[in-house]
Amino acid sequence: MLAIFKREMRSYFTSPVGYMFCAIFFAVSGFLFMLNTVQAGENANYAGYFSIILFLFIVIIPLLTMKLVSEETKMKTDQLLMTAPITLADIVFGKYLAALTMFGGSFIVSSAIYYIPLAMYGTPNLALYIGCVLGVFLVGSAFISIGIFISSLTENQFISAFGTIGAIIFLLFVSSLNSYINNEAVRNFLSGLSITSRYSYFSYGLFSYDSLIYFISLSAVFLFLTIRVFEKRRWSKS
Amino acid sequence: MNTMIKVEHLIKQYGERYAVNDISFEVKKGEIVGFLGPNGAGKSTTMNILTGYLSSTSGKAMVDGLDILEHPLAVKKKIGFLPETPPLYLEMTVREYLYFIYDLKKCTLNRRAHIEEVCRVVKIEDTLDRMIKNLSKGYRQRVGIAGAIIGNPEVIIFDEPTNGLDPKQIIDIRNLIRELGKERTIILSTHILSEVKAVCDRILIINEGKIVADELTENIEGALRGNRRIAIRIEGPSATVLSALKKIPGVIYAEISVAHEDGSATFIVESKNEIDVRKPIFYMLAQRSWPILSLEFTGANLEDIFISVVDEAEEAAEHKKA
Repeated sequence: MLAIFKREMRSYFTSPVGYMFCAIFFAVSGFLFMLNTVQAGENANYAGYFSIILFLFIVIIPLLTMKLVSEETKMKTDQLLMTAPITLADIVFGKYLAALTMFGGSFIVSSAIYYIPLAMYGTPNLALYIGCVLGVFLVGSAFISIGIFISSLTENQFISAFGTIGAIIFLLFVSSLNSYINNEAVRNFLSGLSITSRYSYFSYGLFSYDSLIYFISLSAVFLFLTIRVFEKRRWSKS
Repeated sequence: MNTMIKVEHLIKQYGERYAVNDISFEVKKGEIVGFLGPNGAGKSTTMNILTGYLSSTSGKAMVDGLDILEHPLAVKKKIGFLPETPPLYLEMTVREYLYFIYDLKKCTLNRRAHIEEVCRVVKIEDTLDRMIKNLSKGYRQRVGIAGAIIGNPEVIIFDEPTNGLDPKQIIDIRNLIRELGKERTIILSTHILSEVKAVCDRILIINEGKIVADELTENIEGALRGNRRIAIRIEGPSATVLSALKKIPGVIYAEISVAHEDGSATFIVESKNEIDVRKPIFYMLAQRSWPILSLEFTGANLEDIFISVVDEAEEAAEHKKA
């Protein structure tokens, strides 16, 4: 697993992807943070920043996950990994950890930096701040897991990227569709899928085990499904 | 010698189609075995099952007494595999790539010394810091082979190792495989007959997912039904020469293949495999003062061998039915 993780981390920084990710993430998140706090004057609200940054994921998460599995399939390097003395879980988890490190690293570092001006010019609630960071991190890790799963379904990294963009948009906006639906069963089902409603607990400063478990199991389910996709290839590839 | 690889009644089915249809064979420790067969015969599929890349529909594949399905990690540790397309990460340097494989295989040998040794064996020491995408096809193939032999696996499986290389590279790679085969068990696949003849101790001919012949290399031609063919260039009246050639005992077929401008002609003469007609032809021609300008075996090519082997298998099947 460590070998896979190290290779993916190196691959992020020997190609433009890692730099593009960092550049876009720091530029856009910095700008959004400024808009929501410094520029907002009396309405300054960092919880608002954390809610908006979720929408940045539509662009930056696919950047991290689009190549992870699809490129292996296309270049037939999956043959190397699948005939090496490691398990499929090692492969999938190594890749997941690499993407999570990229995302989590930049997000946590940026959040720590943004806290400095908040503490200098105001009295932020540290517990609430950490709650928001944790919530956003969990949402991001779930999206990465979904991105890896979609990447394992195709050998074209652009299809993988657009698929992931679609999935993230759906999960972010599904709760806003709810008000247009009359059937209550459907409405309940859709709000169950909604990421944003789960996340909102964290942004209110409520630590909810339900949501924590929801996000962790969402990641786990899609990583598991990715392993199944690899497994299935063993049986049906021609 | 003990058995290193044992395959029993292996079947791989895709829907209605059988890619591998009931293959059984054994490979002894230290043997070099060649899989010979046309494209799509099931060579790659068999290799992919042995290395754990694909699962078989039914049947058993064992390496050193361990079943690949029951002990996948232990078996994979014993095998070095070079797939048909070398699995290279183009954006890595050769050194980074080999170090990655070293980590992937969880090797315990001294990393630096081992990788240096592997590079010396496959002769890529001077490309270590180049990106793989900038390497020529021959070098990429070598890097693939280097990856396969990292960790000194007891078994090495090469899927068409010389495919697409130039003649000089092909000779180099064949020598390399022979060198590796001194201490290891090797399976390689190819669709070139001369290649297996040059490298392997034993040949398995595979066609349509079945083994149609399993012979030691020195016996393969004798074992295959088929005729011995020679091409002779003779100076003399071609029509008379032809009828004289046909009269030689043992000759079953003769024809004029090329009539040359200097009045000579090249004849193709076929005889039964066990009869050597070169001497009687020589004495006959000497008697008539028709000089031989050249004489060579044209040999059976893979297609001929194939046709004969496949025909034989079909005949046997029909015989069984009757």
